[in-house]
Amino acid sequence: MSAQIPSSEPVTRPRSAILSALAPIWEKLSREPVGLCGFFVLFVLLVLALFAPLIAPYDPAVQNLQAAFLPPSLSHLAGTDEFGRDIFSRLVYGARITISTIMSVTLIVGPIGLIVGVVSGFVGGRTDAILMRFTDIVLSFPSLILALAFAAALGAGLGTAVIAISLTSWPAIARLARAEALIVRNTDYVAAARLYGASPMRLLFLYIAPMCIPSVVVRLTLNMAGIILTAASLGFLGLGAQPPAPEWGAMISSGRKFMLDHWWVAVMPGLAILITSLAFNLVGDTLRDLLDPRHARS
Amino acid sequence: MKEFSLLELTRRLGQLVVSLFALLVVTFVIGRVLPTDPVGAIVGELADPAAFEAMRQKLGLDLPIYQQFWIYLTSLLQGDLGTAILTGNPVTKDLAQAFPATLELATLAVIISTVIGVPLGMVAAFYRDTWIDQVARVISLVGHSIPVFWFGVVGLVIFYAGLAWVGGPGRVDTYLDGLIEPQTGLLLVDSLLVGDTETFWNAVHHIILPACILAYSAMAYITRMTRSFTLEQLNQDYVTAARAKGASSGRIVVGHLLPNIAVQLVTVLAISYGTLLEGAVVTEIVFSWPGIGQYMTNALMIGDMNAILAGTLIIGAIFMALNFISDLAYLVLDPRTREVTQ
Repeated sequence: MSAQIPSSEPVTRPRSAILSALAPIWEKLSREPVGLCGFFVLFVLLVLALFAPLIAPYDPAVQNLQAAFLPPSLSHLAGTDEFGRDIFSRLVYGARITISTIMSVTLIVGPIGLIVGVVSGFVGGRTDAILMRFTDIVLSFPSLILALAFAAALGAGLGTAVIAISLTSWPAIARLARAEALIVRNTDYVAAARLYGASPMRLLFLYIAPMCIPSVVVRLTLNMAGIILTAASLGFLGLGAQPPAPEWGAMISSGRKFMLDHWWVAVMPGLAILITSLAFNLVGDTLRDLLDPRHARS
Repeated sequence: MKEFSLLELTRRLGQLVVSLFALLVVTFVIGRVLPTDPVGAIVGELADPAAFEAMRQKLGLDLPIYQQFWIYLTSLLQGDLGTAILTGNPVTKDLAQAFPATLELATLAVIISTVIGVPLGMVAAFYRDTWIDQVARVISLVGHSIPVFWFGVVGLVIFYAGLAWVGGPGRVDTYLDGLIEPQTGLLLVDSLLVGDTETFWNAVHHIILPACILAYSAMAYITRMTRSFTLEQLNQDYVTAARAKGASSGRIVVGHLLPNIAVQLVTVLAISYGTLLEGAVVTEIVFSWPGIGQYMTNALMIGDMNAILAGTLIIGAIFMALNFISDLAYLVLDPRTREVTQ
């Protein structure tokens, strides 16, 4: 892949700038074993979520009270819970909930943050002042508490949790996109496009926004780690996906009661959350080091 | 130019007021506009239409929305946040009782995370890219990624049930509960005030585990930020100059580095404090800690919106106040802004 896109080629358009920026990344990535680990874990998670029915050895919802509280063994990799359900199968299906939560929040938050930030930075003046003031206000809200109140008002459920988390997580993206847009709008190629008579909308979406995407993607990846934790907290409080859905946070909440005698019921879902969140942090860190020279660790 | 400072101060105060107002609007919308049937939640689904209508009027839901907001605002300014369904008390009274417990927990956590996190971040910066730096990086990465409520459960099983090193859930053992008349509401302070060392040590046993677990997630952030602040300073000429004149590492840290990163650190600590108050909500449930988090969760179970919104409002307001304070710290502590004013 890197052979096809020589990185020394002069950058003319934003699209090719992104592509040619990707080439050396693969090279550097191979020298970041820890970061690669993160990528690998996310890949496994994605596979588990996509092919859950093929991978999970048992039905995640079928109860078998004779087999309740079996410790982890070869037939039940992560043991069974109070209803005799196979915890490993539930974790595999739970990956679907986790992934879809993350994707939904990211798909809501990414475009909103990007547009608010880019418009703010590009237009400037009063628009900028008003948008950023609004962003600052939302940024100063305590996210978990607000999500909690929001979920309480709308009724518990995965959809509410997604909206609640999205409401408070776009400002960070907007801030970042604005900072990028402020730099990009003064570059020569934007000035050139302007001279050619490109309309403001064209400048905004074809020339400026694409250049802000790499750092927005990095920030979104780092955000995902936080989203998992907030979503799990809401699940733990009973405000996320409802039982019997195998949501990881809710599994900890119900397993907590049996913790003293059957540790695996609560420990396993927690490990799943920890590993997933850790992987997103690692990937985000690595991407930042690779994509953003200002943050590079030497 | 004293005016500059004052002007800046008024500007920030104005921002704080706007933010608080926005918080009020949001809680109002969540509490009064979003719920599909707030009356039904109180009188029950099967209430007869007359009772339903009476409650609707009592709640003021027949009024236009702006009037409802005005009533919400004025009663709030008079310190009236409504009555909690669960306890039957005014919500303000409940919150005043629960808040000290949360405050005590979050404060101890912020102290622990600072005492460990700041030196760890500095050491990591001094020994950049060595194994020490790597260890610090792993510690802070895991801290960023760990679900704090799960960590609490695991901690209880290991250190309370398994090793019996610490006290279990609650602020003190049951036999000591309620013996100390609350003065500040902070049990550690109150027990010392009356000289009850048994309660004090018992309370220490109970608070240490939740505080440490809460502190860990904040420490991750503090360590990371301290490391990058320190790295920034280590490249500056004044550090080289101090080294050249033979100052020891300890002297460089205390005499030169700390004053230069103090302002940034205060900001980070203020933010962490806010996050800790929030994190306390889930931690409290695990440890049966009778603070705002537990109060709000109990309210959640029965859909008591008054109590939930009041809790949201209190934590939100403190969160914003802390942001404001950290902004002020820049104005007050940073000599560079002071030089401009002279």
